[in-house]
Amino acid sequence: MPALPSRPGSKPSPWPTDLVVIGATSAIASDCTRLWLEGGASSALLIGRDQVGLDRVATDLRVRFPAARIETSARDLLDVQGIGEAVSAFAGAGTPGAAAGAGLTVLIAHGSMTEQAESQADLAKAAAVLQVTGVSPSLWLEAAVDTMTAGTIAVLGSVAGDRGRRKNYIYGASKGLIERMAEGLQHRTAGSPLRVVLVKPGPTATPMTAGLPQKGLAPVSAVAAEIVAGVNAGRPVVYAPAKWLLIMAVVRSIPRVVFNRLDF
Amino acid sequence: MSSVSSSRVSSSRVSSWGRLSDAEHRVVPITSADAAPGILQASAPGIARGMERSYGDVALNAGGTLWDTRSMNRLLAFDDATGILTVEPGVLLRDIQATFSRQGWMLAVTPGSEIVTVAGAIANDVHGKNHATMGTFADHVVSITLVRTDGEVIVCGPHDEPEGRGWFEATCGGLGLTGLIVQASIRLKRVPGPWLLAEDIPYQSLPEFFELSDASEQSFEHVVSWIDITTGGGRRGILSRANPVPSPHREVPPSATPLGAAKGGITFPVVPPLSLVNSLTLPLLNRAYYRLKRAGAGSKVVHYKPFFYPLDAVEEWNRAYGPRGFYQYQCVLPRATGLESVREILAIVARSGQGSFLGVLKTLGDREPIGMLSFARPGVNLTIDFPNLGRSTLALLASLDAVVSEHGGRLYLAKDARMPVALFEAGYPRLAEFTEYRDPGISSEMSRRLLGS
Repeated sequence: MPALPSRPGSKPSPWPTDLVVIGATSAIASDCTRLWLEGGASSALLIGRDQVGLDRVATDLRVRFPAARIETSARDLLDVQGIGEAVSAFAGAGTPGAAAGAGLTVLIAHGSMTEQAESQADLAKAAAVLQVTGVSPSLWLEAAVDTMTAGTIAVLGSVAGDRGRRKNYIYGASKGLIERMAEGLQHRTAGSPLRVVLVKPGPTATPMTAGLPQKGLAPVSAVAAEIVAGVNAGRPVVYAPAKWLLIMAVVRSIPRVVFNRLDF
Repeated sequence: MSSVSSSRVSSSRVSSWGRLSDAEHRVVPITSADAAPGILQASAPGIARGMERSYGDVALNAGGTLWDTRSMNRLLAFDDATGILTVEPGVLLRDIQATFSRQGWMLAVTPGSEIVTVAGAIANDVHGKNHATMGTFADHVVSITLVRTDGEVIVCGPHDEPEGRGWFEATCGGLGLTGLIVQASIRLKRVPGPWLLAEDIPYQSLPEFFELSDASEQSFEHVVSWIDITTGGGRRGILSRANPVPSPHREVPPSATPLGAAKGGITFPVVPPLSLVNSLTLPLLNRAYYRLKRAGAGSKVVHYKPFFYPLDAVEEWNRAYGPRGFYQYQCVLPRATGLESVREILAIVARSGQGSFLGVLKTLGDREPIGMLSFARPGVNLTIDFPNLGRSTLALLASLDAVVSEHGGRLYLAKDARMPVALFEAGYPRLAEFTEYRDPGISSEMSRRLLGS
């Protein structure tokens, strides 16, 4: 299904008052968190695997926004039992009378990049990529939709999920899984006040990509700004930067017989 | 659409702001202060890189390692009572200005671009339009944490005696050669807000410039001037001066909000096949700029962005000079013979027909810098961009060197890609002292060119 950049006529959502960021230490996630707090959000719960990394992000946010409430929670993001508990803790107990999740934006941003060749050669590594980058974010997404009846849930997919390529299909398949989940949950929540946003960043200059040729990599600050604007507006699919919408439309439409001869 | 493991490091082409080269580098990300000693020990020799806003080779290391600290962009602490801000090395000055100007604090000293890192500002000991009153960036640094390539961690500040002070003076303006800066504390300055009351005043001669500049420094914090370098002797220019001013009811321009700044503005779209600044366009550009500025002369309240950072408005403006890049020539000349030496340089430049519409003339205050290799010192500062035309440009710059050398001036290392060793050694008398503090595991193209290793 071709992705639409925005829903014409949809009203822009109000700026979130509360944030929950899963995988909060990633470069893209922490830049998004800064921008949301900058725009007026008053609290952020940072969830991740590593307490030291979470504390670093939290300290930065506290210095920047002394009035905001910043909390951290380190946990095993793959623990299925824990996902449900964590989500009901932050989304279940809302203001009495208000819909669960009203004013809340949840960003699900975790994942790991492993060299394709490595995960191809080692099934255990392939399984880890699929788990960390595909299955776990999908379950967080499922749990959030099950618990919240309002607000916004954004999940980071990737342009890599748009079409399988020999250079990164295991990572791409994980992101593709997220895309189908988000699509189905958008169908399920259609017409309700709860919005599900699939974000697809293009190649971004982060510590993960520092060793790649930097030409063509988008600055993380620009990607984050695009994401924040798109998520606030509640667009179902946000390409960041936006040019990837066009590029991937072309990539998806290349006939297989031609595609399979391309080296990219 | 590529996937890469965080441990794998591959090759990447890197240019500095002058775009004179485009060599392969091994870019190694440094993501935290704790990880730095291990990464340095494993990947030395190398040199730190920030936003690559230096013009020449100070942060280049062709074929070698660059330690990339740009993702270490977190604020660590701020004391509202003293204005002391502690940061990671990759924090951009832009971030500090935007975050704190609304709370009544700004950087005491800022260079002409805010898209530079704190560590880069320290390592090049940058200065701004208020040198006479506020000195250089290093004058407001309280503490630096350095990691050496042998794993040693050194914390130093300006008031440590005597060993720490030595490290501090070597590191401020030290071109990244004393160790990797992993943390710094800087003292911000109280301001009424992000606004300045600014004024542009045309001048028609160099003596007039000096008179106007000296008079302005009595009552204005920020003073700088643009000079038309095509007129042979500085027959016209515009002096700009400003003071911070409270103006609480004004709307901050969108580009000055964090979301606006993150989105970016206009980008120079392509690298034209030839420099757009050439002997045909040069006098026209200068005349047009002068007339535009003259027409708008007078006082007005402006946001700090267009006053401090006019060139940041067009991202990648350095592309305008075409695929061969450009040299920026920035010298400081002693005040005693400032008028003659500036006149001589402008005459040579005008005769050559080279140059650009970026000519900056400004007096520097009567204070010696803290850093052993810091640039700013008492005198008059002249800055000119030159599109790279190859040998003829290098020959022109060599003839400018002769004037600088004769008058006992020096060139700014942050801008340099070609100065002769003799001029470097003559201009930086504390060089011998500095070499004691070098980290043997750190080497850049500049250090090999000028310091021999």
